[in-house]
Amino acid sequence: MSLKIKDLPEENLFTKGHTACPGCGGAIMAKIAMKVFGKNTCAYFPANCLLVFGGTYPLNAFKVPYLHVLFENSAVCAAGIKRALNKLGKEDVNVVAFAGDGGTADIGIQALSGAAERNEDIIYICYDNEAYMNTGIQRSGSTPFGAWTTTTPVGSKIAGKERFKKDVPRIMIAHDVPYVATASISYPLDLLKKLEKVKNMKGFRYLQIFAPCPTGWRLDPSKTVEIGKLAVESGMWTLYEFENGKMTINKKPKMIPVREYLKPQGRFRHLTDEQIDILQELVKKKWERDLAMAESTH
Amino acid sequence: MMRMVTGNYAVAYGALLSRVDLIAAYPITPQTFIVEHASEFVNDGLLDAEFMRVESEHSAMSACVAASATGVRAFTATASQGLALMHEVLFIAGAGHLPIVMPVVNRTVASPIGIWAEHNDTMPQRDTGWMQVYCEDNQEVLDMVIQAYKIAENKKVLLPIMVNLDAFILSHTVEPVNFPEQSKVDKFLPRYKPEHVHLSPDDPMTVGSFAPPEYIQEVRYQTEESMLNAKKVIQEVNDEFAKMFGRNYHGMVEEYRTEGADAILVTIGTVTSTAREVIDEYRAKGKKVGLVKLRFFRPFPIEQFIDIAKRTKAIGVYDRSISFGSGGPSFIEVKSAIYGHTSIPMINFLAGLGGRDVMSDDIELMLDKTLEAAKTGKVEKDVVWIGTRGVTP
Repeated sequence: MSLKIKDLPEENLFTKGHTACPGCGGAIMAKIAMKVFGKNTCAYFPANCLLVFGGTYPLNAFKVPYLHVLFENSAVCAAGIKRALNKLGKEDVNVVAFAGDGGTADIGIQALSGAAERNEDIIYICYDNEAYMNTGIQRSGSTPFGAWTTTTPVGSKIAGKERFKKDVPRIMIAHDVPYVATASISYPLDLLKKLEKVKNMKGFRYLQIFAPCPTGWRLDPSKTVEIGKLAVESGMWTLYEFENGKMTINKKPKMIPVREYLKPQGRFRHLTDEQIDILQELVKKKWERDLAMAESTH
Repeated sequence: MMRMVTGNYAVAYGALLSRVDLIAAYPITPQTFIVEHASEFVNDGLLDAEFMRVESEHSAMSACVAASATGVRAFTATASQGLALMHEVLFIAGAGHLPIVMPVVNRTVASPIGIWAEHNDTMPQRDTGWMQVYCEDNQEVLDMVIQAYKIAENKKVLLPIMVNLDAFILSHTVEPVNFPEQSKVDKFLPRYKPEHVHLSPDDPMTVGSFAPPEYIQEVRYQTEESMLNAKKVIQEVNDEFAKMFGRNYHGMVEEYRTEGADAILVTIGTVTSTAREVIDEYRAKGKKVGLVKLRFFRPFPIEQFIDIAKRTKAIGVYDRSISFGSGGPSFIEVKSAIYGHTSIPMINFLAGLGGRDVMSDDIELMLDKTLEAAKTGKVEKDVVWIGTRGVTP
């Protein structure tokens, strides 16, 4: 039986008082994830929004023990905690790293790849808001094509990001770890199912959760969930799982025009028709590729 | 039991005797054999430890920090570039009061790339909150790994420590080493049971919280306080070890034939052994010279040097590394320590950089120049480069 929203405990282990921006997708992710993982959990946070809005000493919104060491070593620090807990006879504790997309796709990818290759017994969550939001909206490897950020400004010569979003889940699939999945805060039932699954598995588990950032995306903060749905419906973000060598698509995109997804976001306001066409073409190719992979592994 | 082993084997065996809980390491010449021996100990069931064969030194230190914060005894070893790569993580262990022990096989840091002995890997780590001890032979290496845990885990200290050994001169050289019995080591070094830090759902604790300026200065003070406390603890652990195992390293520094010396040479690392021989020859000729072996660089033996300086007429300090634009790190520290207590002349000798051999002739030159300074009360040059092409010492 799969977990339903009403099955979740009342108590929040990521509790009120945190200082996230209104409509923060990361905060929604943390709240849901902590409800599923429960008290028997140790968390790791790199230098990211979650660490800062989750608690500035002596305040703290997390009711589980957590460690912060640095930015680029989330995977290995989580693994170090897990190995030490094993040595202390506490093998049943969930150890979860919560890193952003910059801390995962860019600076953290070496430690991530190493931990995955060693099949460290940890859960690694990348909450993807497609830029370095904590430091002020700078582009990351996970920023999509065309997006405005403070380091891909809309200039008269170059406007927005010139390269495409790095596909980290596909990199993780190449590691042949027990579990890789994509999810979104806008699809809570699918997210719950995946969180529950990783909680009850062993070995290296990677979950990349689409978590819109209204502040960085120049989006109305009441539209966080809506924009996440448009991302999936347009095919900009695909929901799938890779488990035991098999890839399963969890939601077939409706393939609404990407323009519908881009329109509410100030970060894409400047896009020309040609740039939108490039994105539309990219979405098509990505979907065909994901589908072919899903079919070929079954 | 006496065995013929390399410095690297002595390090790995020291970790085994210390019953480390977790090893995280990445291979780098000339440290590789430490990781290999430790792997054998674990795979042969001689050492019950989690072993993380990580993908970089940055991750090795990160894993040790995380494991130590969780509450276990952590161990790693590195050299040169590997230590430089760890630099960022070292600060976390120091300020976090995590008693990690890390032998460092001192190797030159590029450029040019080289693999031989130089102290320009560890000296720049001075301000990271790690204690540092430099060894002279493989027996000292083994003994100091064990002592290091005892010092680091002392409640008044709780700081990480580097146990330093010169590349190849110790790491790859076979020497007779007395292996202590496990039962005696267990008595000397009980299991690690931290009270100040742990990660456990039974008793949630935040480790490494984001902190505003209202709190950080106090954290700095606490690290300094621990470092100062370590001075006494180092001596206590030294004395307890000497009593139990019969080998006395004299704590922060060791004095050798300093009685009535007009000139004293301060050495660090393996050069000390060569210097002992030369001191003996000079003493046999009636020349009043003595030797101070600088063991701990952090905390620095300030009080010991004030005392030593008051008993002699000139001090020469040998360094195997340079702080460009200022001088050798040990020289700078000794000079700073004795300032205001005496005005005797001091000279810095730089030799053996990049792993070049330091011969007895070189030591003679150091002693002659220091004796001259003792006689005249003056020095020509503060920093003297020995054996450098195109440079007159």
